[in-house]
Order: sequence, then structure tokens, then C-alpha cells
Amino acid sequence: MEEKLTLFKNRKRFGIEKNIDLIFKNTTLTLSSLVAIVLFGIILVVFFQSFESFSRYGLKFLVTSEWNPVKDEYGAFTAIYGTLVTSLLSLLITIPLGVGTAIFITEDFVPKFVREIVGSFVELLAAIPSVVLGLWAIFVMEPFFREFFVFLHKFFGWIPLFNSEPAGRNSLLAIIILVVMLLPIVTSIARDSLNQVPKKLRNASYGIGASRWKTIFSVILPAALSGIMAGVLLALGRAMGETMAVTMIIGNSNAFSWSLLSPGYTISSMLANQFGEADGSQVSSLFYAAFVLMILSLVVNIFAQWLVKKFSLKY
Amino acid sequence: MIMNSLYYQKKLSRNVGDKFFTSLSVFCALIAILPLIFVVTYILIKGGAQITPELFTLEPNPPGDDLDAGGINPALIGTLVITTIASIISIPVGVGGGIYLAEYSNGGPFSKFIRFGVNVLAGVPSIIAGVFIYALIVSTKILFGSMYSGLAGGMALSILMLPTVIKTTDEGLKLVPNELRYASLGIGASMYTTILKITLPTAFRSIATGVVLGIARAAGETAPLIFTALFSYYYIVGFEDLFYEMGSLAVLIYNFALEPYDAQNKLAWAASFILVISILTVNIFSRILAAFTEKTKRV
Repeated sequence: MEEKLTLFKNRKRFGIEKNIDLIFKNTTLTLSSLVAIVLFGIILVVFFQSFESFSRYGLKFLVTSEWNPVKDEYGAFTAIYGTLVTSLLSLLITIPLGVGTAIFITEDFVPKFVREIVGSFVELLAAIPSVVLGLWAIFVMEPFFREFFVFLHKFFGWIPLFNSEPAGRNSLLAIIILVVMLLPIVTSIARDSLNQVPKKLRNASYGIGASRWKTIFSVILPAALSGIMAGVLLALGRAMGETMAVTMIIGNSNAFSWSLLSPGYTISSMLANQFGEADGSQVSSLFYAAFVLMILSLVVNIFAQWLVKKFSLKY
Repeated sequence: MIMNSLYYQKKLSRNVGDKFFTSLSVFCALIAILPLIFVVTYILIKGGAQITPELFTLEPNPPGDDLDAGGINPALIGTLVITTIASIISIPVGVGGGIYLAEYSNGGPFSKFIRFGVNVLAGVPSIIAGVFIYALIVSTKILFGSMYSGLAGGMALSILMLPTVIKTTDEGLKLVPNELRYASLGIGASMYTTILKITLPTAFRSIATGVVLGIARAAGETAPLIFTALFSYYYIVGFEDLFYEMGSLAVLIYNFALEPYDAQNKLAWAASFILVISILTVNIFSRILAAFTEKTKRV
């Protein structure tokens, strides 16, 4: 890259040509720094808008679940809990499912064109807008799972996670739709990292007599682990910020409950629901919640990038 | 007896285990393709049934009377307008920034930081982009006193498109072989001529594919629009409508899916049909194009 630049610099040119070159370079430089400006702009604007609420409630905002615009009492615990629970539980289901699918695509159980079709189906799923998945969840998925939830409550009601009567829209449905949305992310990144594992590792493992799955578990998966982990973290960031499908199906209730069968709230669904008609200190509190969401997803994303850099495969 | 050890033995624990895990993996793959099939089937059936010529020409009726929901013309045009605004902002900025990263930067701290920033910006939740534009433009009424507007919605979407455009430009330009640049230098071209006349046109197809996919993704985004562009029931007639509330297919689906009336729900399905069909068409088409390019390259 550098060699290319100096080659261009060494040539003598007319003043006007030189100036045009310089202007062009500085224009692109400005445009690329816009990314940093926008990023810092977002962080600063959201922080300053939340300042009023931050100075009034402090960290208490994070642990109380009162959200009462009439009495001017705000606490986002229900939404923060909802965000963490829905994203972590959906990830827990998605990881084995996504990695299993990625193994199916990268191994040769079936002819190549079948695997390619499965691969593109999963990738096309990522192209479906979130709001359409929400519509589908309301009218198709919810009736489908209704009986199952009643059964779940009847037989596993002693577990705190299922101890309430199933509501029409609830956190568990949000988790299921999140699995649908995360599956393409985890699968495609896991597939790419599995594909990058050099063939000779596999051959060596076969050569000393390991079976196919012994090879996958002891050689291939460990070699691809860092890439898969990064994909999982990216999916986690996406799950925490996911708004539309979750808002449409989670029920939007600020009443705190451990049960997944009762309606819940996430930070993003709270923003989507209340931002339009909020005023006064409620707006500032919503910005505070948005700031919490942003910090959560920034931390997860930066950690994912660090992981990729630190442990990327060097074969 | 000894000879037997050379044959495949079904009942050996390693073979049973292998069979078990193989079927588990096939099972995972089956579950993974089910959602797309179900979603697309339902949209084709439920949405396809609602497609009529009036759908494309009428305004939606306000919910309440369960007679006729009307059409989605304002939302359809609104989506086109808002994504066009987003493209007009994000494509020049993104392509320009990508050119700097790929052609001018020398891997120093600045370009590393920008590349890092692009990845971070790509991970910012879409609703935060809406919150940002709300604080910056809607609540300050900075755009000639208008609050919610199609212009603000387009700006929110452009924040989401920007990382995609920069990344595809950066990666597309990096794939252009250096020999082309040397050849251009050899015949006396300067840097900007080389970029504009040689490298950009060479990378055009891969950049265009990425940008089009980014536009398709932005067309379906809802979260940044619900409190920047809001929603409107009325036709878009002129230029000044940019400064007022503007409907879009995505927000129409969100609003009407949550209405208790059947007529509005049906309209939401119809809008989903149009949105999903166009997004999937763009995706499948670009996939075929990419596969085709790969084939011709090998020959």
C-alpha cells in the first residue's frame, strides 16, 4: 500500500493537477472522518440529553422498576432485566442450533447443492425485515405456541420462569422470534470460521484414526472457536438492540415478573413505545435508558472486535 | 474373526455416536430453514390475497370503520422517498470514506481508528439512530421549523447505511490488483484520475452489489422511522411534503399490525408482501450475479 503511494508522489506534476489531487484527497479524508464524528455525536447527544435524568436518579435508575410519568418516578430495571434475559436466553438456544447448522453446511453429509440451498435459505432469512417477522409472530407464531405455553405452565409452573398464567404476548415469544433473527448471524459467521480451518488439520486427525465427530469436537471446533465466539457476541449485540419484532410480541408491560410467560419490556421496546408521545422529564429518562442500551451494545461490540483481532486464526 | 476388524462395524460406540451427532446436525439444519419457509409462505398466501390495483393507488383509511382499509400508495411512495434520501446522503459519504481508507491511508492509527469506528457504528442498535436524529433534528426543529419529517427519517436511515457502504467500498477497492494502478501511473495519470477512471470502475460491480443490498436492508428498517418520519395517511404530492410526517411501508406494517381491526391487519399483510418480495428479489438477484461473476472469473 505504501509503495503505491510513494510511486504516485515521486512524479513531478503541474500545480493545478497537484491541487486537484490534494483537494480530492482531503475531501475523502473529511468524508471518512464523518464516521467518527457521527459516532461521537451519537454518544455525546444521547449522554447530554439523559443528563437531567441521570443527575436526578443516578444509579438508582438501574435497579428500581417504577415507571410513572404522573408521579415523575423513573426506574428502568424491568426493561434492563428484560433486555438481558431475552437476549441471553435466545442466544443460549441459537448457539447450538446455529453451530449445528454451520457444521451441516461445512461437512459433506449431503451433496453440495443441498448444502448451498440450506446456506442461502438461512442467509435470506436475515434479509426479512424485523417488522415483518413481528407481524408473522403476532398472527402465526403466537396461536401456534398458545397450547404449548399452557402445557408449560401446567407442568413446569413450579419453576419461577414459568409460574404465571401464559399471556397472549409474552417474553418467551420474544425469545423465540429473537432466535429466528439471530440464527442467520451465528450460522453464517460459524460457517465462515469453520471453512477457514485448514484441511490438513482434519486430515491429520483422520490419519491418527479419529472418527468424523471426534475430529469436529476435538480439532475443528476448537480451531474455529474464536471466530464463532465473535459471531456469538455480534449476535448478542444485535439481540439487545433488536426493536420491532420484540416490541410487537413482548406485551410491553413495566410490571416486573420473573416469569417468561408474562408480558415484559426491553429497553428498545420501551423507546419504540413511549418516545413518540413523551414529554418533560420522561424524555430525559428515555434518553437515559437509550444511553444504557448503547453502552451495553458498545461494550459487547468492542469486545467482539477485540476477540477477533486477538485470536484470529493464523495458519 | 480377525478379518472382521477391517469392516465397518455398525454397533461400535464411535460409529453410533457419529450417527447420532450427524442426525443432530441435520435436525439443526432442518429447524434453521423452517422459519424462512413459514414466513415466506404465509406472506405469499395472506399478503398475496390482498393485492389489487386499488392497493397501489389509494390512501389508507384511518382505522375505526371496518369497511375498507384503502390502499398503501402514500407508504409505498414514502418508502421510496425516504430510502432515496438515505442513499443520497450515505452513498457519497460512504464511497468517499471508503476511497480514503483503501487508496490513501497507509494503515496508520487514523485509518485503524476509522475502520474500528465503522464496525462500532454498524453495531449501534437501529433505534439509537432514531433517538439521535430525534434529539438533533426533530426536537430542535432545525429543519425550517418542521418536526417529524421524511427528511429526518432519511437521515436516520443514512446513519444505518453508512457503515455498509464504507465497508463494501473499502473491500471492493482492496480487491483491485495493484498492477492496474501502476499501469495508470505509467501513462502519466495522477492519483485522483487513477481512482476515478481506473480503480472505481473496476470495483464498480462489487461496490454496487453491496450498496444495493444496503438499500434493501434500509427499506425494511422501522425502528429509526417511528419517531423521526412518523406516519401519514395522505398522498405525497409535492416537494414540500418532505418537511412533514411521511408514511413508509415498514411503519405502516407496525402500526396496522397492532390495530384490532381486520381490515388494517390485512393491509399490513399486503404491505409485507410488497416489501418482502422486493427485498428478496434484490437479494436473490445479487446472489446470482455474484455467482455468475465468480464463474466468469475462473474462465
